[in-house]
Amino acid sequence: MQTETGKSDVTSPAGRSFSGDTPLRVAIDGGTKTVAAAPVKARASRLGFHYGSLQALKGLDMEIRDKQVTALIGPSGCGKSTFLRCFNRMHDLTPLTRYEGSIRLYPDDIDLVSKDVDPIEVRMRIGMVFQKPNPFPKSIFENVAYGLRVRGLRSKALIEEEVEKALRDAAIWDEVKDRLQSSGLSLSGGQQQRLCIARALATNPEMLLFDEPTSALDPIATARIEELITALRERVTVLIVTHNMQQAARVSDYTAFMYLGELIEFDVTSKLFTNPGKKATEDYITGRYG
Amino acid sequence: MTANSNNPAPFRDSIRRRRLRDRGIEALLLAAGLVAVFATLAIVWILVAEALPFFDHVPLRDFLTDTMWTPLFAEPRYGIMPLVAGTLVTTFVALVVAIPAGTLIAIYLSEFATHRLREAVKPALEMLGAVPTVVYGYFALVMVTPFLQKLIPGLPGFNMLSAGLVIGIMIVPYVASVSEDAMRAVPNYMREGSYAMGATRFQTATRVVVPGALSGIAAAYILGISRAVGETMVVAVAAGLQPNLTWNPTESAATITAFIVQVSLGDLPHDSIGYQSIFAAGLVLLVITLVFNIAGFALTRRFREAY
Repeated sequence: MQTETGKSDVTSPAGRSFSGDTPLRVAIDGGTKTVAAAPVKARASRLGFHYGSLQALKGLDMEIRDKQVTALIGPSGCGKSTFLRCFNRMHDLTPLTRYEGSIRLYPDDIDLVSKDVDPIEVRMRIGMVFQKPNPFPKSIFENVAYGLRVRGLRSKALIEEEVEKALRDAAIWDEVKDRLQSSGLSLSGGQQQRLCIARALATNPEMLLFDEPTSALDPIATARIEELITALRERVTVLIVTHNMQQAARVSDYTAFMYLGELIEFDVTSKLFTNPGKKATEDYITGRYG
Repeated sequence: MTANSNNPAPFRDSIRRRRLRDRGIEALLLAAGLVAVFATLAIVWILVAEALPFFDHVPLRDFLTDTMWTPLFAEPRYGIMPLVAGTLVTTFVALVVAIPAGTLIAIYLSEFATHRLREAVKPALEMLGAVPTVVYGYFALVMVTPFLQKLIPGLPGFNMLSAGLVIGIMIVPYVASVSEDAMRAVPNYMREGSYAMGATRFQTATRVVVPGALSGIAAAYILGISRAVGETMVVAVAAGLQPNLTWNPTESAATITAFIVQVSLGDLPHDSIGYQSIFAAGLVLLVITLVFNIAGFALTRRFREAY
């Protein structure tokens, strides 16, 4: 596996252990310096998930680093989307589902999957972008304002300000600033997806979940979304499910390989792709199955 | 045909047969479609043809402006307005009941009810639509009217309020059922998008699902209006048969449909003006329904939020 040249190459110093804030060696422009690993934003412990009698996730342990991009890869049906959707409690909308274990969100140290935590509260703090762009049948402006209005924000000036900011952050402002009142559905697929990202950003989430965000897009639109995700790292923790291993290699700092509802390997992306620790990971990234 | 000559003979034959069969099926389907068109045209034709002699005797101006409708009197007057008023008042009362109730039921069934409950409630609801309308008429007359008379002293035994309320109850299933279908047709990824933003079920229902289903919901309302305008038995039984130019629902009055059924059952000679008047009235009924349909269609297009 090859990483893009010119991109910062993050490697772990000693192995594949990620417990604790171990320092990382970062190679930039040929030089090497040691930096502290980003703090932990969320930690899944013994996380299990059941659809009725079907167990989709089996005792996952994993740490998500603050303001880093973490990719989830694995063959179809391995549970990566199921895992992603635990973070914003989307499964609560489906009857007969059950969580086990915990996902602790830091620094508050609340358990995202606890029954005592309101899923709406969770979703207000953790945004999501879906596989198929799903703007609401509303104007571009109202799409982005939706989260603010749902939260009871009334001030027109404040909403306008936040909408513009979110559209700028999602790198779509220049394309839509003259037609904020046209339907969100009048945009192209790639623009719709960036609109959905703006919608999620407008409420200042702590974490953004991406569920295969480019699988319905053409290569050029995909490149723009990837660029955007890379830039988003500055302000938000990103967790992204992708079928595309090149994409995981391009956009993520950490990668988790999942198989049959279990976490097989989790490591710094460049390490996982160049020197995987497990045979199953190697087989998957070299295309032997999946 | 030249392209076919390249094909071996058996294939050429089957191609010809297939084309022939396709054309036959196409013609059959076209004929089926045209039945509906012809029926509509025939109805309009009958109404216009039979109404024209009526307008030879009664000037259109009098028909539209006279405030009395007394075709069966010795000194007949032919002003359609009392009947139009009766129709509009009962329709309005019915919609005040049916639109809020139908919409709320639809939202509940589509967005809140569990699968099991929905499967139990929907057939029951649709059963309401299968009750013969004459039963609803007597329901209005012997149950709703006495009840209303307790609330509103001096309410006449025949009144438009009671008839309108019962028509409203009668069309709730149509409004609810068609609206619910429209809401359920809103794709689930829309709802997920809304929930993921931290919206509640109710916010998702009112801010995303209802706007997304608006054209279908408007169609449900139009269907409800058409049913209310055309309803005959309930008003004939419960609203009284006296044409009365009033906008007050607590009075008794006749609607266009009630008048038509009254005359159709009577023994007026077929070539009398009184008999012809029912076609003029029918024409007005058709125009009212048409206006509501066109207005609804235009409004839907204006506010449509397609997904």
